[in-house]
Amino acid sequence: MISQLTVFLANEKGRLAAACRTLADADINMKALFIADTADFGIVRIFCDTPARAVEVLGQAGFRASLTPVIAVSVEDAPGTLADLLGFCQGASMNIEYGYCFCTADGKAVDVLKIEGDGAEAVLAEAGFAVLAPEEVYCVDPA
Amino acid sequence: MYFQPEIETMPREELRKLQLERMRESLRNAYENVPLYRERFDAAGVTPDDLESLEDIAKFPFVVKQDMRDNYPFGMFARENADVARIHASSGTTGQATVVGHTANDLANWGDCFARGIAMVGGDENSTIQVSYGYGLFTGGLGAHAGGEAMGCTVIPTSSGNTKRQVQMLKDCKTDILACTPSYALLIADTAIEMGYDPATEFQISGGIFGAEPCSENMRQEIADKLGIQYCDAYGLSEIMGPGVAMECAERGGLHIAEDQFYCEIIDPETLEVLPDGEVGELVITTLTRECSPMIRYRTRDVTTINAEPCACGRTHRKIGRLLGRTDDMLIIRGVNVFPSQIEQVITEFPEIATQYQIILTMNGPLDHVELQVETEPDFPIDEVRRLEDLRNRLAAALKSNLQVAVDIKFVEPKTIARSEGKAKRVIDLRGENQ
Repeated sequence: MISQLTVFLANEKGRLAAACRTLADADINMKALFIADTADFGIVRIFCDTPARAVEVLGQAGFRASLTPVIAVSVEDAPGTLADLLGFCQGASMNIEYGYCFCTADGKAVDVLKIEGDGAEAVLAEAGFAVLAPEEVYCVDPA
Repeated sequence: MYFQPEIETMPREELRKLQLERMRESLRNAYENVPLYRERFDAAGVTPDDLESLEDIAKFPFVVKQDMRDNYPFGMFARENADVARIHASSGTTGQATVVGHTANDLANWGDCFARGIAMVGGDENSTIQVSYGYGLFTGGLGAHAGGEAMGCTVIPTSSGNTKRQVQMLKDCKTDILACTPSYALLIADTAIEMGYDPATEFQISGGIFGAEPCSENMRQEIADKLGIQYCDAYGLSEIMGPGVAMECAERGGLHIAEDQFYCEIIDPETLEVLPDGEVGELVITTLTRECSPMIRYRTRDVTTINAEPCACGRTHRKIGRLLGRTDDMLIIRGVNVFPSQIEQVITEFPEIATQYQIILTMNGPLDHVELQVETEPDFPIDEVRRLEDLRNRLAAALKSNLQVAVDIKFVEPKTIARSEGKAKRVIDLRGENQ
């Protein structure tokens, strides 16, 4: 499982900038960032290096941040790869809470899924999907 | 454990006799030395000699806070400057400040009243009491201080503020009893926990005397659990004396009024009729021993009940219940009467929500709009928007059914709502302002 950094932000000017500045000042590099917004708050989901340290740094700066386990699957950057993955999940009765995708420089893409319950990762790996390990996505926190 | 057993456990009949004697004396003091009382009594056709029983006090007119403002500063003093040992004043945030004078005897009685609360949480002359109420014109700090000295405790006068140092003193000086406002007690507890301590198990503290602002049942439980203490609710008001007018014993069934010092009535705030024990209404207090600032039938605006049932602790003095609100604090929202304490009570039924909150009142066209700002507890799964929205919907439904008023709920980031070092500001009413 990949540790995704989740940050709760009030819908107020400058809060996202402040969160990013806090990570920047701690020299933490981000790979991807997605925002889920509601009328009065936003949930920011981030892939970054040393996610546990990022939670600590944000917490000290007064942000509410936590780690969320998600599944990351490496696919070809080509038409249909996401559809194939989601088709499999549907067939396996997996309930997807949310997901997002991003391309990487090597002609590949990463599909990130938050799937309800445990065990989905093993099922995907067994079916031949290239489930990514944390160290393949970001610099892991020192043990 | 009692501080003054002969007074605190005095048989009812004897106590009522003492009250009647002192009430006559107090009426005379007021009538002879304070022009306002003389005018009011004369206008009502009563003199102190008309008091034949305690219930006869109902023949006498009320005084209200505005009377004190109108007679600012010393118009209601019954003593000359030579006999006045100290003055205290209310904050005056809602108008002219009110000034109350204390003679040396008044101060000694005050110390005794507060010391009874120290005994109620198991304190004695071996105890160390840390006073984290603000010192100054506010009665909390010096009132608790006097109580500690009357008991013969070691008193640590930290006053409020510099919370990390408060925690350090609590730990290093082996404080047994903490006295402050409930919101500050919670801040001290949370700060201690943030500093890496578990005050409930690592600190010596065993009792807390908290007052001067409302506190819900759940918030007091949280304070008691986090600090690992017996919680004593202290009632008092600067117009009457300060903290110590009534104190809660270990039985937790209400606060024993210091009935040798104060006579309490409950009235219907609309009809002004005296209500029987057990009924909800406005608390009215007559001071029995106060020399400099006697108060005859002072309308406190506090809404509560009087409980005359015998108490298992052995004290014979009647008890007031938890304050149900203040007639002044009552919010009128879309024509409905709402007490902030009702909102707090609902919030504390949701363990996912932190106990700090703020109510923002604005006008939405011609209608009142209520926004309630709350924080989730640190361990709430913030990643799940659905859980957040579900929580918001459940809280909104609970508030609607309790208050009969729709409330907009806004989740805010941690520590957005200021933790208070004194009285917490829970309601921000912007309805009078141009928007």
